[in-house]
Amino acid sequence: MESFLQWIYANQQVLYIVILMIFVGIEVIGRVPSVLHTPLMSGANAIHGVVIIGAIIVMGKAESDNYMALVLGFLAVILGMLNVVGGFVVTDRMLEMFKKKKQ
Amino acid sequence: MLSNPASARKGNLVAAAGMTIAILGTIFLYRDAETGAYLHNYLWIFGGLIIGGVIGTLAARKVKMTAMPEMVSLFNGMGGACAALISLVEFNHLSHLIASMPEGESHAALRPTVLIIALGLLIGSVSFAGSMIAWGKLNGKIKDFSFAGQNILNLFMLALAIGLSAYLVMMPSSHVLIYAILGLSLIYGVFFVMPIGGADMPVVISLLNSFTGVAAACGGFLYDNKVMLTGGILVGAAGTLLTILMCKAMNRSLKNVLIGSFGGNTASGASANGGAQGHFKEISLSDAATIMSYSSKVMIVPGYGLAVAQAQHICHELEEILTGKGVTVKYAIHPVAGRMPGHMNVLLAEADVNYEKMLEMEQANDEFSSTDVVLILGANDVVNPAAKSDPASPIYGMPILDVELAKNVVVNKRSMKPGYAGIENDLFFRPKTSMLFGDAKKVLEDLCSEVKNI
Repeated sequence: MESFLQWIYANQQVLYIVILMIFVGIEVIGRVPSVLHTPLMSGANAIHGVVIIGAIIVMGKAESDNYMALVLGFLAVILGMLNVVGGFVVTDRMLEMFKKKKQ
Repeated sequence: MLSNPASARKGNLVAAAGMTIAILGTIFLYRDAETGAYLHNYLWIFGGLIIGGVIGTLAARKVKMTAMPEMVSLFNGMGGACAALISLVEFNHLSHLIASMPEGESHAALRPTVLIIALGLLIGSVSFAGSMIAWGKLNGKIKDFSFAGQNILNLFMLALAIGLSAYLVMMPSSHVLIYAILGLSLIYGVFFVMPIGGADMPVVISLLNSFTGVAAACGGFLYDNKVMLTGGILVGAAGTLLTILMCKAMNRSLKNVLIGSFGGNTASGASANGGAQGHFKEISLSDAATIMSYSSKVMIVPGYGLAVAQAQHICHELEEILTGKGVTVKYAIHPVAGRMPGHMNVLLAEADVNYEKMLEMEQANDEFSSTDVVLILGANDVVNPAAKSDPASPIYGMPILDVELAKNVVVNKRSMKPGYAGIENDLFFRPKTSMLFGDAKKVLEDLCSEVKNI
């Protein structure tokens, strides 16, 4: 148990960010009209693609003889990138349709 | 920026730019906390980035607007799988570290890290498996499937996976254990989504979306990376709230959506009162065209049938022809029409319909009493009066569009078959209602030419 308390103490700042972000997230959604819920969902989908950063770090740290880490990391980078790029492109396509009418 | 359709696109681009910076920054600036070494294996990293990027772009560009929910679900699964893979590799790394520790030295300090790895693995793989099933279901490739005691089995599996994770935190050296957790979470993900009916899929996708967010945040803790943490938690919180909002729109609790499998237990009730509903009246195309062109206000209620028939463009054409004849045309959009919240808005926007013409449910309900004709295109459950009157109905309590307030209701459907939720709709047998059978696109094309000739 003690190690967890220590860990919480060491990561105090990070935990504050977590709490702050929960509020920001709720605030953001509260303001979005339901017209935009589909693009919002796919936008959020793209944003959680940040996992790719973890994948890159895993990849970059892997020793060149650790094949398991290399293969899994490589796969993770591909999947993460799919998530990011696909998410943003889909969202953009949806929002583009809303915009056309404006002009 | 996301609060307005016009500026939302800019917001999306800003987010994309931020992501690019974060990725490049990680590749070139990341240094190991202890050794200060830069990353290596650039070839592999860029190879992965390019492959993923190209496939992602192609897939996202090619997909049809009606298939959007599937696509989002698929990409979501990719993110979940990514998080799970990271956890696997990191655990492997960690267990080497522990194995190399001198005998007797406590590895208690590593426990929080193991906890985060286990969490990331658990949530990531549930999200991956669940999203894949959701994708298959939306595609129509996977049918609803449930068996007696499934909920209990599900809870048991989840409890077992969590228990194993807790054990792993205490004994972070077992390789078998981490694969057991992986396997259990994958199976749990499959069984978790399997029995949930198609009408509830949007809620599930949104929930899984927030799961993946949390899994990403776990990665943020692992690497002490603020970008991952912020992004992940943001999506987690936003996704959870969005899920709750959607449940509210259907007036059902999240628990009800997740546990009460929709289609199965309702079929018997629906067929029981199905026989006593009497006759429905059909309307001919020219009659429908006539009443529409001589009315002052027409309200169109689009549903998934419109999306399936790809009839959004012709629907817009009808709107323009009618508007040219001095008829006010508006769209009444139920929050859960289609297969995703706001799905109909996206489809109509694709067909150049001005989004100011799309009314949300409350606005539309205020206007129905002054409406002459309501044209229902492939919508069913969202206009079912049973939601208000019949406590035995599975959708009882769901707010619906009060189309009956209008003077005439014209329903376009392919047949008398019940809608997606498998419930008979009383509306079709009401005296105000007339049925116009046929594929939405074909019917609308004919309607257009009829109206033009009047």
